[in-house]
Amino acid sequence: MSLIMQTTSKLTGEERRVWLKARLGIDRMGHRVEPGLYSLGKPERDSPVFVTANYKLSFDALRSQLGDTSCYILVLNTEGINVWCAAGKGTFGTEELIRRIESTNLKDTVNHRTLTLPQLGASGVAALEVRKRTGFKVEWGPIRASDIPEYMRTRKASEEMRRVRFDLRDRMEVIPVEIKNIFVPLAVALVVLFLLGMQGTAFMILTIVMAGIVLFPILLPFLPTHEFASKGFILGVVASIPFMGRAYLASMNEAPWIALVFTLVPALMISPWVAFLALNFTGSTTFTSRTGVRREIFRYIPMMAATFILGIGLEVGFAVAKWYGVI
Amino acid sequence: MMVSQASCQCQAYEAVESPVNTLRFSPSLCINCGACLDVCPHGVFAAGNGRVQIVRHEACMECGACQLNCPAGAITVDSGVGCASAMIYAALRGKKEVSCGGDEPTCCE
Repeated sequence: MSLIMQTTSKLTGEERRVWLKARLGIDRMGHRVEPGLYSLGKPERDSPVFVTANYKLSFDALRSQLGDTSCYILVLNTEGINVWCAAGKGTFGTEELIRRIESTNLKDTVNHRTLTLPQLGASGVAALEVRKRTGFKVEWGPIRASDIPEYMRTRKASEEMRRVRFDLRDRMEVIPVEIKNIFVPLAVALVVLFLLGMQGTAFMILTIVMAGIVLFPILLPFLPTHEFASKGFILGVVASIPFMGRAYLASMNEAPWIALVFTLVPALMISPWVAFLALNFTGSTTFTSRTGVRREIFRYIPMMAATFILGIGLEVGFAVAKWYGVI
Repeated sequence: MMVSQASCQCQAYEAVESPVNTLRFSPSLCINCGACLDVCPHGVFAAGNGRVQIVRHEACMECGACQLNCPAGAITVDSGVGCASAMIYAALRGKKEVSCGGDEPTCCE
């Protein structure tokens, strides 16, 4: 089988909408491209060959940057997963690349033996193994598709192109999916709490969610400390301030120690959950290591549990004490 | 950064390690091909005098690209995914292996 499919460097309006749908988490596993060899423009036997994943957004990001370059695009079957994640799983990997080179008869289509792969594919592809078994030399292209035009001119990726980033835009792109994932249970919980007359708890949950999955990604580099959980604790305490103010006003006529403890209770209940959501953001980032995340889990999960239990224990304790008229 | 002495039959050589991650580099094995400079997404390695050197050890995210592409076996790293939800989920399910984009809904697209 050596069928060559055709593609262009122009994205249609529909394809731009696919980007939005994917970012909103709609039909997320449906954004796939048929794996195989594609031609873009009018490639000759000496035209370059780019390799990418069969996730629609990866394929579109690549070809939309190729402009008038006539070339081939070899699409690996990564089951609709982007290059970096698929490389981590091994589906954007040495074996699949070798299989795909053979099944598309790439050797007979081009007269050179060079493939340009995205740098982030390197955690799945052993370049020397590919060369040994197929004769094709792997060149590591830039991380971001937007650097491809520059890379094509110089055939060199600058240090800047080789560094993965995590800019505000990247951090914000994951927010809609996170919201979509929890939207239904969250909405049900909020409605039920309102109907039960527990508006305070409903607002608290809403605050935790807003702080943990909207504010945290945005503020990540600006929060002090280096660990996600401690950053989350800090943000959680800040997010608790309105609730602490309200608790203070409700208890300011009590004995000072009671007012103090009562004022701290909302922070004890809110901040561990914000910290937990913050810790869960590690997987969406571009720089956390397994060793670092494991250390944070062991260090902070017990602290989160203890803080929340203390907070809710005090809350219930105060309610009971009030009931009995002790305070 | 710590430098540990690893014993070898013929000669003693030093491997560069760090307490914050599992990346380990043996300069004596390095053939200075520069593959690690190309594949590392965090600029952990830099060109040195005759062999590569580690300049941002703590920035390593253990993706494993350098180890996989080092022809001299000079780099080892216990590669994996730094994702708390995947690790907590796996721990709750009693699984050892952690990866993204499995059967369960995960963050990986």
